[in-house]
Amino acid sequence: MSIATTQASGTVTAPWTRGLVEIRGVSKIYAGHEVLHDVNLTVRPGEVVAILGPSGSGKSTLLRTINHLESVDRGWVTVDGELIGYEQRGDRLFELKEREILKRRTNVGVVFQNFNLFPHLTAAENIAVAPVALGRLGKSDARELALGLLAKVGLADKPDAYPRQLSGGQQQRVAIARALALQPKVLLFDEPTSALDPELVGEVLDVIRDLAKLGTTLIIVTHEIGFAREVADRIVFIDAGHILEVGPPRAGLRFSAAPTHQRIPGTRALRRVPGHPSTTHPAQQHSQQKLTEIEAHNGN
Amino acid sequence: MTDTVKEHRSAAPTQDSPQIVNRDSPDFAALKVVHTRHYVRWIFGALVLFVVLQFLCSLATNDKYGWPVFATYFFAPAILKGIQLTLALTVVSGTIGFILGTLLALARLSKSPILNSVSWSFIWFFRSVPLLVQLLVWYNLGYLYPRLGLGVPFTDNYFWSFDTVTLVSQFAAAVLGLSLNQAAYSAEIIRGGILSVDQGQLEAAAALGLPRHVRVLRIILPQAARAILPNAFNEIIGLIKGTSIVSVIALGELFYVTQVIYNRNQQVIPLLLVSVVWYIIFTTVLSVAQFYVERYFARGALRVVPPTPIQAARAWVNTQWARLDEKPEAPEAATTRIGGNGS
Repeated sequence: MSIATTQASGTVTAPWTRGLVEIRGVSKIYAGHEVLHDVNLTVRPGEVVAILGPSGSGKSTLLRTINHLESVDRGWVTVDGELIGYEQRGDRLFELKEREILKRRTNVGVVFQNFNLFPHLTAAENIAVAPVALGRLGKSDARELALGLLAKVGLADKPDAYPRQLSGGQQQRVAIARALALQPKVLLFDEPTSALDPELVGEVLDVIRDLAKLGTTLIIVTHEIGFAREVADRIVFIDAGHILEVGPPRAGLRFSAAPTHQRIPGTRALRRVPGHPSTTHPAQQHSQQKLTEIEAHNGN
Repeated sequence: MTDTVKEHRSAAPTQDSPQIVNRDSPDFAALKVVHTRHYVRWIFGALVLFVVLQFLCSLATNDKYGWPVFATYFFAPAILKGIQLTLALTVVSGTIGFILGTLLALARLSKSPILNSVSWSFIWFFRSVPLLVQLLVWYNLGYLYPRLGLGVPFTDNYFWSFDTVTLVSQFAAAVLGLSLNQAAYSAEIIRGGILSVDQGQLEAAAALGLPRHVRVLRIILPQAARAILPNAFNEIIGLIKGTSIVSVIALGELFYVTQVIYNRNQQVIPLLLVSVVWYIIFTTVLSVAQFYVERYFARGALRVVPPTPIQAARAWVNTQWARLDEKPEAPEAATTRIGGNGS
């Protein structure tokens, strides 16, 4: 589903001048272990990017750096040119006050693997709490908004249900509606279907599919390869903290520009190959192999 | 054997299913069930019942309990005044204690090392010193610091000051002692409650850009409340009885008043009973309140909130009423369904 087709259908109102995410030279180290290594990625406004990779490859960490839930040790991340967490004054970066960070964070919505709905609030209250707390809407307007969003994700009949009274798929749809309530420029999905029973995955993917048509930038960490291929404009493959490949979904993972990395024998780490011209490359083979592995796993 | 049972059950819904059923097995459903007889349990039950009855009987027959004296003093104005003070002490120290305790708990969980260690030291100190000693120290504060006020730091030049003795009255000393002690204990209870809230909740709240006070008051504390409440009610019940300890600084609360009276008229047991019954009444009210408060904070945590005793009683009455109305139904319908393939 490309952006162009959606544009032509004429149902889209969102301008694509917002939601540009730039990740430059981002590294993150946990207790001596480098989880992210010099990651560079630009996500264009309105683009849908799927991040694939094995468990522990750093894909969730990368996602979390985008809204500063995780700070970075090197490099920077911007959304529409604004640094999240820092402000440039002259030649220095000042760490922002919490209030400012929170404000900028509202540009980036997050949908978590475990939904993280507030269990003591009803579905509608879960959605309305942020717009009210941030002073954007009054209580009744926020409730209206919540009802509208619930209808959008197919839960018009559940506004007063508590999360525990909903199925996993329904909870995740409420979580998506909650993230949408702040009209974020970018939506991050951290393995949105991994905690769901197989028969509930479809309803959540349907909602994400609809969102993909609306022109919000979506960055989706997922194991659903088929879904990623169908919905994403580009697929990013990441392993051991390195971006191995970035490309369009069909050709994407079978296509490579000049390879940049080579595996260091006996480790999972990769090293940069200076100006290597070859087209078949260990890293590429590796990602191809991983992809096949994951597909095989999902197929079963 | 187990296989047969399984087949038997799954065969139940459809008559024509080709499941293997042992046709020769007798229809157990038609037989009467005889429950296990717990002879030992019955003997001990009878013994306990006997002891309880004996005690209740002695309450009525043993005239040393002095029920007439009890009756004269139960609503005596002096006692009622003592109750007033007991309740005032509980409410004031409980409120201060829990508010201060919440702040201490938040300080203890904050990233600031200063706030953290100050909070830790406070809790450490006030849990270390016995309440009785604390009360006596607060009561004698005037000896340590005769005047309290605002002035030039580290000198005795005051712009504005008070005699400590007038500022820290008996009541103030009692409130200080009880509430600081309470704060130390409730801080740990509240901290435990906050720690029990899933980390993902904090993350979700942060990702939504909720300001700190909203995160604490609207997201974290209501969820922590479920873990906090049982312990908190323990503390409040402890506090209401604990107020009796301030009788050592001659503050006229319920227990002090009863002591004064029985020292005068020597009716020790009847007057102690007066205070016992009053304390029981207070804690009973609190226990009932606990049920309803916990029920309120259980919303969302349970799929179905348990009925209140009143709702349960009403439901029971309704079912009994309905049972009286309808004809006694043949039990076969139920047994066939459980029993098997209904052949």
